[in-house]
Amino acid sequence: MKTIWFHMQGYRDLPDDFRDRYESIWVTPPNDELCHSAEVAKYLHWNLDELEMADEQGFDGLGLNEHHQNGYGFPISPNMIATVLARRKSDAALVILGNTLPLYNPPVRVAEEFALLDCLSRGRLVAGFPVGSPMDTTGCYGIPPTQVRPRYYEAHDLIKQAWTRPGPFAFNGRFNKLRYVNPWPKPLQKPHPPIWLAGGGSVETWKFATDNDYTYSYLSFMGHKYAKVLMDGYWDSVEKAGMDDNPYRAGFAQLVVVADTDAEAERIYLKHLRNFYSKSLYVAPHFGNVPGFMTKRSFEFQLSHRGASAFSFDFKPHEATWKQLVEDSRMVIGGSPETVAAQIEEAVRNIRVGHLMVILQIQSMDPELTAYSSGLFAEKVLPKIKGIWDKEGYADRWWPQGATRNQPQVARPSPKASNGEAKVQA
Amino acid sequence: MNIETAQNIELPGGFAANPVIIKGEGAPVVYLHGPFGQEWDAFLDELSAHHRVYAPAHAGAEETDDLERLDGLSDLVLYYDDLFDRLGLEQVDLIGHSFGGMVAAEYAATFRDRVRKLVLIDAMGLWRDDAPVEDHMLVSPQKLVKLLFHDPSKPEVAAKLAMPTEREAMNAAIVNRFGALASTSHFIHPIPERGLKRRLRRIKAETLVLWGAQDALVPPVYAAEFAELIPNARVEMIQKAGHLPQVEQREVVSGHLERFLAG
Repeated sequence: MKTIWFHMQGYRDLPDDFRDRYESIWVTPPNDELCHSAEVAKYLHWNLDELEMADEQGFDGLGLNEHHQNGYGFPISPNMIATVLARRKSDAALVILGNTLPLYNPPVRVAEEFALLDCLSRGRLVAGFPVGSPMDTTGCYGIPPTQVRPRYYEAHDLIKQAWTRPGPFAFNGRFNKLRYVNPWPKPLQKPHPPIWLAGGGSVETWKFATDNDYTYSYLSFMGHKYAKVLMDGYWDSVEKAGMDDNPYRAGFAQLVVVADTDAEAERIYLKHLRNFYSKSLYVAPHFGNVPGFMTKRSFEFQLSHRGASAFSFDFKPHEATWKQLVEDSRMVIGGSPETVAAQIEEAVRNIRVGHLMVILQIQSMDPELTAYSSGLFAEKVLPKIKGIWDKEGYADRWWPQGATRNQPQVARPSPKASNGEAKVQA
Repeated sequence: MNIETAQNIELPGGFAANPVIIKGEGAPVVYLHGPFGQEWDAFLDELSAHHRVYAPAHAGAEETDDLERLDGLSDLVLYYDDLFDRLGLEQVDLIGHSFGGMVAAEYAATFRDRVRKLVLIDAMGLWRDDAPVEDHMLVSPQKLVKLLFHDPSKPEVAAKLAMPTEREAMNAAIVNRFGALASTSHFIHPIPERGLKRRLRRIKAETLVLWGAQDALVPPVYAAEFAELIPNARVEMIQKAGHLPQVEQREVVSGHLERFLAG
């Protein structure tokens, strides 16, 4: 299994009465009241320090994403942060999950910047192509909700052509009219860096993943018990598409906290978890459920299946107990290294995941505490979980060619039914 | 909504049929709804006493795939022109509320001879930095009520806001609203201004601009702006009314309409 150290790059010092004073963590939290540039200057250096630490601690990859106007994470341009990391001598993957394609105009910008990053990192790039959240796309960037997916699909086609067709060529799209598509450079990885999809469980994205033989990551903060229904849906669609059950077709994000003992973990981290769930997931419903963002058919389906979720419990995040967060709901994986390793194995086998994105810096945690948790994870958890899926013989066909850390020394088996993603060069 | 009065009107160009509500006898009046969607209420029923009223659904509200073939308001104006052809309407009196007012004005500025009289009720379509049109989409239900109504305690308003209690009917109402907001936002999100200001001068139809004096969504300053830019237009401000004067002051609005359309 691959473990990716994922940094959300959030605002670490939000006021205690945030929920009482503001309608949402995302889109409208007023910048002059809440986002102080001098603090952000400090955080940015901490974020990079932590990512570099994770690189040195031996994680398989470093993860970054893109969000806007959002206290839980405002990584804005992951490409800029990744550039700093790409300069380091390292064999870890740079997992950018990803660039929100509908926000780029024209999206050849993504083709260019990802190609630049792939060259700079010598082929260590994962090119993540998320559709984007309603908050980022319709809220912060003003895209009509009905145009988000059409713009996404067109941007995907344009970028993939830009990477694989000889330039210059003309691209006549609905949203993009380009006479000369001819990016300098093309990516170092051939035919192009592995493309990863990320989403919140929409059926359309699963189909797009299987249609293109891409790997799909479910980015939730609710843990594997909650994710089970959705991930089963994804695996069903993989099976229906006649594809293999390689767990590297799936990724999952997971909050993890590690201490010397379970009791110590509860004592140290509970306040940070409460802070995260009460403030960071405080998104106003009118920003999260925008009419037209999903198709009418999906909306009707969701409406008629309301209340059908197998998983629900009374959850008041600001007073949630350790038992609720860790033991009952499994939203968070936390405790001693032994507990954490066992729970991770249970989780990734339950929902069948090969790419685990661990979130070890949780919002209000300072660098010292992050280093403690991450250090224990690297030293005592990673060795126990890295071999998951090895004995079943699955190969990760979606891992960048230049990210050689912890990779088998022999050439990987040639992919079954592959369209050439991340094929090892002769 | 009285479903029996809706007729599925087939359209060219691969679009789904539009379920136009048609009722009443008399000179034809087309009514274009605001962003919350097609419905048949007491106001339209009253209008149908002396007119044959045609109230189409929003383009793309029934079938969101239709929006893939509608890039902007000029496509939408042609959509309605096709619809009027199919309805056999040579010339119409056109009433538009809110988003529907924006579309009605665009239509009247494009097909100048096909509109006999034009009525704009709290219409979107213009923008002033000193009086921004508020957001009706990405807003809490509580705030939306304040934006839409002058007096939410009035029984007419409470009736308007009430949702069906029976599950199936409630889901249908939610889906209807979803389709209306999705399809209208396709043309106006996040700011309902697409250059109409430059085109209003072309409108030939005699125009009545009706406005709720307490409209908090599209402030009343826009009434004068429309009247100034449209060559033959006058304004009637409706007191004690917000964005939906036809709900909060139905008799007053109906009275103005009857007198204006009779001329």
